[in-house]
Amino acid sequence: MSTPIQLRGSIRRRLIIQLLTGAALLATLVFFVVRNYTRDLAGQSQDEILSASVTAILDSASVRNGELTVDIPYFAFSMLGNISDDRVFYAITRNGEFLTGYPDLPKPVAAIDLAPRFQTARYDGEEIRMATATRRLSVSGTPDFVEVTVAQTRYGLRQQLAGISRTVAGFGIGFFVIAAIFGILAAQSAIQPLRQLAGSVSRRGLSDLRPVSAPVPAEMESLVGALNGFMSRLKTSLSRSEDLIAEAAHRVRTPLTTVRTQAEITLRRVDKPENRQAVREMIRAIDESSRAAGQLLDHAMVSFRSDHLEMEDVELTRLARDAVSRLRPLAELRDIDLEITLPDAAMVVKGDPILMQSALLNLLDNAIKYSPADSIVHVSARRSGTTAEITVRDEGAGFPKADMGHLTRRFVRGGNTDAVVGSGLGLTIAHEVARAHGGRLFLTNHSDTGGACASLSFPLA
Amino acid sequence: MRKLVVSLGLILGLFAAPLPAFEVENHISVGPPDARRVLRVLSTGDAEFFEPTLRDFLRNLPDVRVEYTVASSGELMQALDRDTVDMDLAISIATDLQTKLVNDGKAQPYSSLATQRLPAWARWREHLFAFTQEPAAVVLSRKALDGLPLPDNRQDLIALIRDHPDRFEGKVGTYDIRTSGLGYLYATQDARTSDTYWRLSEVMGSVGVRLYCCSSQMIDDVASGELTMAYNVLGSYAREKSNTDDVLVLLPQDYTVVALRTAFIPRDSKAPELAGLMIDHLISQGWQAAPGAFSVLEEDAWSDDTHALRRIRMGPGLLVYLDAFKKAAFLREWSSAVLQ
Repeated sequence: MSTPIQLRGSIRRRLIIQLLTGAALLATLVFFVVRNYTRDLAGQSQDEILSASVTAILDSASVRNGELTVDIPYFAFSMLGNISDDRVFYAITRNGEFLTGYPDLPKPVAAIDLAPRFQTARYDGEEIRMATATRRLSVSGTPDFVEVTVAQTRYGLRQQLAGISRTVAGFGIGFFVIAAIFGILAAQSAIQPLRQLAGSVSRRGLSDLRPVSAPVPAEMESLVGALNGFMSRLKTSLSRSEDLIAEAAHRVRTPLTTVRTQAEITLRRVDKPENRQAVREMIRAIDESSRAAGQLLDHAMVSFRSDHLEMEDVELTRLARDAVSRLRPLAELRDIDLEITLPDAAMVVKGDPILMQSALLNLLDNAIKYSPADSIVHVSARRSGTTAEITVRDEGAGFPKADMGHLTRRFVRGGNTDAVVGSGLGLTIAHEVARAHGGRLFLTNHSDTGGACASLSFPLA
Repeated sequence: MRKLVVSLGLILGLFAAPLPAFEVENHISVGPPDARRVLRVLSTGDAEFFEPTLRDFLRNLPDVRVEYTVASSGELMQALDRDTVDMDLAISIATDLQTKLVNDGKAQPYSSLATQRLPAWARWREHLFAFTQEPAAVVLSRKALDGLPLPDNRQDLIALIRDHPDRFEGKVGTYDIRTSGLGYLYATQDARTSDTYWRLSEVMGSVGVRLYCCSSQMIDDVASGELTMAYNVLGSYAREKSNTDDVLVLLPQDYTVVALRTAFIPRDSKAPELAGLMIDHLISQGWQAAPGAFSVLEEDAWSDDTHALRRIRMGPGLLVYLDAFKKAAFLREWSSAVLQ
């Protein structure tokens, strides 16, 4: 029944992995893009303020009485202190000759034009950003080039960047976490219709082969279509084989009746005791065969009617009385007494009376068949909460304990029934009828006598 | 007088350290001579003011000795700039020179709970820490001004000198900013703040201003009646010494420049942990021995009119007046105003 299912991968896991990978890639991308952008921006603002400082100093350079003076304005440096606590260096040269400031500051790149130029260099063990600009003055007619370099360490910039990186990293992680949560939820919900389908199929009864009618997502159309097609083929083939069995049983039973009649006629004519014995044996075998065929027919009928159940009110006490009176002749043949205990009040359930009758007859028939001669079969009915229960109890050997669980399966017979002819269908029929009506079949052994005890319970109407 | 102090310092310092390559004004040694650990402090603060603070600092450090060397702010700057001395802590009132030393990489960073408590303006780059605020005061002799209205801003001072040159002739003192780092700092910050400074300088020059190296001498001369007025005197010293009724300490109401006495740990310090403890001590205890100075932690406790106080801002702006060109130009202008 349960062949191990070969598994390869998981749609949900694959979906989650793909979504998470995507989210991680996106988050990383966002991190680097934002960080680089802000780094450029921060670098730009440092360049701008360095450039402003250089320009302010250059503007203060003038020629007085033929002599060059550079009067560095206070704000030229103090504004550098406004943005960060970075170290500041500067150098002022005239025609390439050092005038004032830090003489060992790295030489600025050569001027292409008079526009400020920027470079990153190392000075005194630290990375510095330098801005340099040149201005042309005229001292007594000859051109004079004043070049001003202002440099600043990048400590504040680095700190600012570290702060930004932390913020952006936090943002990226948050982005990833949210994307991951949504990804997992999306994967779950994508897989949900599959679970629902599997659940609804596995919750079905054994013989429920109706097509799946609940709406499913478009992607599952072909799967559900294939499943429905498969189930309808299975149903057709099942009903075909049941039809075949019923047909076969029917065809066997009719000639058997003829054979039995002929055999009984023969029995009356035969005088020799050994011949009579042989004919009796024959009749017994014919009886068993026709009973089996009858049960097969019953079973086919039960299967058919269960699928197209027609509910009506059924009065259980009357049902029990009818069944007992139908089987009393059979019981008397074997010197078995049928004892019936019924409540005064009527017990009405919803159901198919033919099926219920068949179930009860099968239980009674079993009881009579497995009872020793000169014993009693008890039939009783009672109300138990919201259910009505009919119990058939015999004084025989009882159900074998080991087989209790699967006696209701088709063609399964107890281990202690060798001496008795049977088809193994009686309990199956009772069980299927009970289930079709939302009831149950309980099989127990009587605690005192050890006799078999079978109860059918149906929900009260 | 100065030579005497220097030689005294040399004698005292002989056993402590190799001959320093700068001019030492004074040297004291506090703590057990055989101490396991030594903290060498180079400072502009007078030893007599600092000694109680040092003793207080050492109370919980029995195995430490402090070698306290006093030098002028200019000498301190030179010594540390050229890496010619081994020092563990540099303390100076010349905020600009200290800033330049830190800017030029002569300091090492330090951080502690105490430094974190400092307001942002009282620390720079986690290297330089201010622990007292030192306003530039005007010290006046009450006796000499007897009967005249008491001035409370620079305009009043200018008017007073102009109207009564007889009382001020040869009796006005100020720093010789060519030799005094603090004098130069006060003067440049004055000039940056208001043009009134130049007019005052010219007026002081017209009555034959006398130039001094140090605040304490100016205060002493005012107290003795030698001077009627001393301009830009270290307010903390002035208050400390103004316990006589003769001396009036004025914080001008138009503006008062406030210098920050700062400390940093030189880059090559051999005892940075001890130096750090000392910085913490200075910050949290203030400079107890000089009640005229104000701790950086009691920001507004010391003046009724705080908005007239212009606290010098530590930062690269202070490098401007230390530029050789700029300084030469400023001194030229000052000389032409003061030395007429």
